[in-house]
Amino acid sequence: MTTALESLLKTPLNDLHVSLGARMVPFAGYSMPVQYPAGLMFEHKHTRTAAGLFDVSHMGQLRLVGPDAGAALESLIPVDVIDLPVGKQRYGLLLNDEGGIIDDLMFVNRGSDIFVIVNGACKAGDIAHIQAKIGTRCKVIPMPERALLALQGPLAVTALSRLAPGVEKLVFMTGGNFTIQAGNQRIDVFLTRSGYTGEDGFEISVLDSQAQALAQALLAQPEVKPIGLGARNSLRLEAGLPLYGNDIDTTTTPVEASLQWAMQKVRRAGGARAGGFPGAAKILAQLEGGTGAAARKRVGLLALERIPVREHIELQDLNGQHIGEVTSGLLGPTIDQPIAMGYVPTALAALGTRINAIVRGKPVPMEVVAMPFVPTNYFRG
Amino acid sequence: MSIKYTPDHEWINIDGNIGTVGITAHAQDALGDVVFVDLPEVGKTYAQKDAAAVVESVKAAADVYMPANGEVVEVNEALRADPSLANSDPLGAGWFFKVKLANPADLDALMDETSYTSYAADAH
Repeated sequence: MTTALESLLKTPLNDLHVSLGARMVPFAGYSMPVQYPAGLMFEHKHTRTAAGLFDVSHMGQLRLVGPDAGAALESLIPVDVIDLPVGKQRYGLLLNDEGGIIDDLMFVNRGSDIFVIVNGACKAGDIAHIQAKIGTRCKVIPMPERALLALQGPLAVTALSRLAPGVEKLVFMTGGNFTIQAGNQRIDVFLTRSGYTGEDGFEISVLDSQAQALAQALLAQPEVKPIGLGARNSLRLEAGLPLYGNDIDTTTTPVEASLQWAMQKVRRAGGARAGGFPGAAKILAQLEGGTGAAARKRVGLLALERIPVREHIELQDLNGQHIGEVTSGLLGPTIDQPIAMGYVPTALAALGTRINAIVRGKPVPMEVVAMPFVPTNYFRG
Repeated sequence: MSIKYTPDHEWINIDGNIGTVGITAHAQDALGDVVFVDLPEVGKTYAQKDAAAVVESVKAAADVYMPANGEVVEVNEALRADPSLANSDPLGAGWFFKVKLANPADLDALMDETSYTSYAADAH
């Protein structure tokens, strides 16, 4: 990696990361902590058993404001925005005209606006795209003045509710405004009960100027340790969650990416607001199956030998024919087995199908398995 | 016995015409928690700088290069069973393989400990 760290953007927590001994790496144009001295394995397991604090301030935050904002956002994503109740959060996919995924995102109906979180590496392009497509229908307001912290793990609620009583009442994929007691400061935040690790937890949007005080208050809780991007990646992969740029991109549709669960019935064929999103004809045909069916699917793969199978490794059928490649893969620290995601022809996507990954020239047998690889632990009330 | 170091962060501990090879403390620190090693076949001959073994952490995979021309005469089965030995004792119990040197003069170009220490410090 030759990118000079000096030329990279820094999050408001940069000094804190350095003081905690983090190893900083370039990521999405920012200098970000990949791991702390405890190491990726410890950080991963700590998040699965206690609570981990992640700096995800590189991600983009924006607001859509105006009476037509919900309908306007619906015109860009194959998801039900209009009927989302106030206080609820949903996963969405920004699509191009071919039905390819420009980015994946989370949005919340806050009543007065729609609050959207997008990937760091995509945020400039996303905001330009949204502005160009729906900027006349609603106000598109980027929020570069805000940081984003994720507190994830089974004890996240224990730690956070000590500082912000009431957060324990939220259920998965809901959010609200809270005041967090951080030392002698009272910090106003908007937070949701969600995240990208498969665990219970929260994502907390806070003004840049208050982010460090908030992070220090959270790290002062006995359950909480700082967690880097390395463990964030292994946690999300065990949870079966795709990483934009690896597992999904502009060449993959939601159906090919096995993300059709994100498309509510109302936007599908026969629904009250069927279609009406970019690439709808292609995506609805893929959902229908038959002649328009998706030719390939994103699947979960478990190696049957203890050999890690990494991204870009070739996948072959049992006759030695090339069928695709791995898009993410590693030895899952919790499952303690090599796991991967990749694209295979739809005919080979059924659970239990055996294929081979070609690792250093040798076939490693893999089985198509259900995701998540590790059971999720969301709080649904 | 003497220890030499390669620019790829391997060490080789020479005893007569047999060299024991592993990765350095700096290398294991850069990789993080090692979860897998792929070791060469005993009896196989390699040229200097050939990739002879693989070491993987959760986040990365790296080749382990042959420090000198020679034949692999033994591999560390304990490391295969417990790859974390490469982290906990990289210069001892975490050795990778032993090689019978075809040409001991191959080692002349490698670094001694003093040179390697300053090389590794600059590698950050």
